[in-house]
Amino acid sequence: MFGYYLDLALQSLRRNKVLTALMVLAIALGIGACMTTFTVLHVLSGDPLPGKSARLFYPQLDPRDMIDYGADKDPASQVTWTDGMNLLKAKRAERQVLMTGGDVPVQPAQSGLEPFLSDARYTTADFFPMFETPFLFGHGWSEAEDNGKARVAVITRTLNDKLFGGKDSTGQILRMKDTAFQVIGVLDTWRPNPHFYDLNMGNYAATEDVFVPLATARDVRLERDGSMNCWGKGSGDAEHLEAATCVWLQFWVQLESADKAAAYRTFLDNYSKEQKALGRFQRPPNVRLPNLMEWMDINKVVPSDVRLQGWLALGFLLVCLVNTVGLMLAKFLRRSGELGVRRALGASKREVFMQLLVEAAVIGLAGGIGGLLLAFLGLWLVRLQPADYASLAHLDLSMLLATFMLAIAASLLAGLLPAWRACQIAPALQLKSQ
Amino acid sequence: MKLHPILAALRKHKAGTVLIALQIALTLAIVCNAVFIIGQRVERVNRPTGIDESNLFLISQQWVGAPSGDTADGVEKLDAMQKEDLVALRNLPDVVSVAPINSLPLLNSSWTGALSLKPDEKNVGTRTAYYFGDEQVLPTLGLKLVAGRAFNAGDVQHQGARDQRDPATVMVSKAVADKLFPQASATGSAVGKAIYLNGSGKPSTIVGVVERMQTPGTGSWASAFAWNSTLVPTRMDANFSRYAVRTKPGRLDAAMRAATPALYAVNPLRVLDEESIQSFAEIRDKAYRADVGMAALMGVVCLILIGVTAAGIVGLTSFWVGQRHRQIGVRRALGARKVDILHYFQLENLLIAGVGAVIGVLLAISLNLLLIRQFEMERLPLAYVLTGVVAVLALGQAAVFAPARRASNVPPVTATRAA
Repeated sequence: MFGYYLDLALQSLRRNKVLTALMVLAIALGIGACMTTFTVLHVLSGDPLPGKSARLFYPQLDPRDMIDYGADKDPASQVTWTDGMNLLKAKRAERQVLMTGGDVPVQPAQSGLEPFLSDARYTTADFFPMFETPFLFGHGWSEAEDNGKARVAVITRTLNDKLFGGKDSTGQILRMKDTAFQVIGVLDTWRPNPHFYDLNMGNYAATEDVFVPLATARDVRLERDGSMNCWGKGSGDAEHLEAATCVWLQFWVQLESADKAAAYRTFLDNYSKEQKALGRFQRPPNVRLPNLMEWMDINKVVPSDVRLQGWLALGFLLVCLVNTVGLMLAKFLRRSGELGVRRALGASKREVFMQLLVEAAVIGLAGGIGGLLLAFLGLWLVRLQPADYASLAHLDLSMLLATFMLAIAASLLAGLLPAWRACQIAPALQLKSQ
Repeated sequence: MKLHPILAALRKHKAGTVLIALQIALTLAIVCNAVFIIGQRVERVNRPTGIDESNLFLISQQWVGAPSGDTADGVEKLDAMQKEDLVALRNLPDVVSVAPINSLPLLNSSWTGALSLKPDEKNVGTRTAYYFGDEQVLPTLGLKLVAGRAFNAGDVQHQGARDQRDPATVMVSKAVADKLFPQASATGSAVGKAIYLNGSGKPSTIVGVVERMQTPGTGSWASAFAWNSTLVPTRMDANFSRYAVRTKPGRLDAAMRAATPALYAVNPLRVLDEESIQSFAEIRDKAYRADVGMAALMGVVCLILIGVTAAGIVGLTSFWVGQRHRQIGVRRALGARKVDILHYFQLENLLIAGVGAVIGVLLAISLNLLLIRQFEMERLPLAYVLTGVVAVLALGQAAVFAPARRASNVPPVTATRAA
């Protein structure tokens, strides 16, 4: 029967080309708009480290003085050098990493290349195993290099291609700020989205090109970059950052279970109390321990414009659907005569209903294909935008399937009411009026 | 014409009527809010910064292997390097004036703080963004002086970027002057007054007031003090520097091309690439690109929505006309004129669109309330809603005209034929 219904549906759609085109176009536009915006939302609100993110936590302390204090205020969003080092050395978590962003003047050995600035990350050793960064060549460094302020660096594939022509550069020398660093590792393409470990660099910033041990970066006085909040007598003086009352470092820990997270929280609380007793902290303990995705939510990482566009597209789809329901209703009722004949010849209401639903589904499928093409066009337009997330906007398989599901579900939904109305026709009346 | 027959007929087409009304309501709600968002973005993009934006460009460069800015000796060396750069740029043939500066309006790189009238007040006062420049900053940026005087060479100091020294003199934007001295009737009365920067104990004297100067931040966090700018006569010495350059009219491109070789001639050890030199038009473009994109997207969506809705009305009315072919013929045979038939469909559409518009107004307002809660939007002005209502009624009439015309052309003889 399905084949017959399909045949009837195609015939009927062909008979009224303009109306068919209008319905398909309306569904395609609605689906296309929804898929474009939802794909962008999907990409932006995605998990940067699936499978791992629930075990990564961002401890927050409140080391500030009493000026501007409020009981309901959020703790500082970064840590001071002193607290960062204390927590790092305490080693209460599986892994812990302390870091900041920066930029370094890279001085290529080749005469053809001018010196250029490169984004850099100054971090302790656990960064690589903790965030599971893929290595193309070599490896990261260990705690020994951290402590020894070793002149070592890990670079990304992009920089390796630029400086070393893509060859294994481990063991080579990289000059930065008049200092020789030995390349010990090359990262393969790795771009977690959002740029979760340091949102000050831009929520969807690209991965830094150079990684250097934090202690080394301080020793060589590499330029730091990012947000810094000071209070009391604190200033961003590069010579005295270690002692400054400023928060400027990001600190992450890996905790394997909820129990361990609870224990770590208690540890942070006790640490705050101890620091208050010592007179370093003035505020009452105010600690938080959001996990990775919670930290993304707290920082409202997904741009509000993108969420607004999602809502807009949904409203747009709704109007397109209402429009399709109206047009389908008109179309089905117009065929009352034909349907009356079918009913009189013995087709049950159910069969007529099915026949009309098949027609609705055909429209949905056509609309879905059109919507998919429009979504490709829409995403191409999004990628032309200058936003830092633009290059990430690609349709993946799950979104592709979702497009078709949504299109067919939407058009079946739109077909329900008209089909039901059309099969309510009394066959005798219809035949009489012919 | 009586409404009664129209209402009676509509009762027979409940589903279709409800659908058209609903579609009109949704379209009205979405389009009203979208147009409002477009209006807001356009208004935001068109705000004047207060500086003369034409013939202006910015150089951001960094020295390689420069002395440290944290020692007194290093600061002097850096200052000498910066002065050499300034001389080289000022000597270029197409350049009118050059000022060292830490940022520009819309650059989204800011140095902010608070101003107060009393010493040692931490974290309170009028929030402001600081611009550090020398005596050429006013002519270079094209700022309009409304009271007092501009900086002279004697005001200008230099210091390391992290040195927290307070300047003896400052200039403020009118917005700052009005905020600090609300009781003063004339802006000029702020001139000569002492203010304290960032909770300092040392006063700085206001020597001049400029009419308007936007802060560098365009994000929502900076919108609360978008016009509160303070100019400080200080050359900041660090391993990087920025120079604002005003060129002769029409010579912007030539001057931008000449800048890089001139600076390399002074000192080749620096990072200075294509991104380091940008015209103010580029800075403005970058700052507002997202807003322009959003406005364009909203505009396209509105147009398509209106198109879809109009097509829906045409489709459904055409169907009704076809369905009532015989009845129209009967009416015509009984003496109704063509224009009566035309008016019948027009009035019918007006009724449906009217009901849709009423629901649409309610939807538009609730959608706006939702957006206020979720996206910190402003309240939708009534004018937008009223314009929207008139627009959808007109849209309905325009869409119904063709099918209604076709209906009015049904000949009376149809009545005598079988349907």
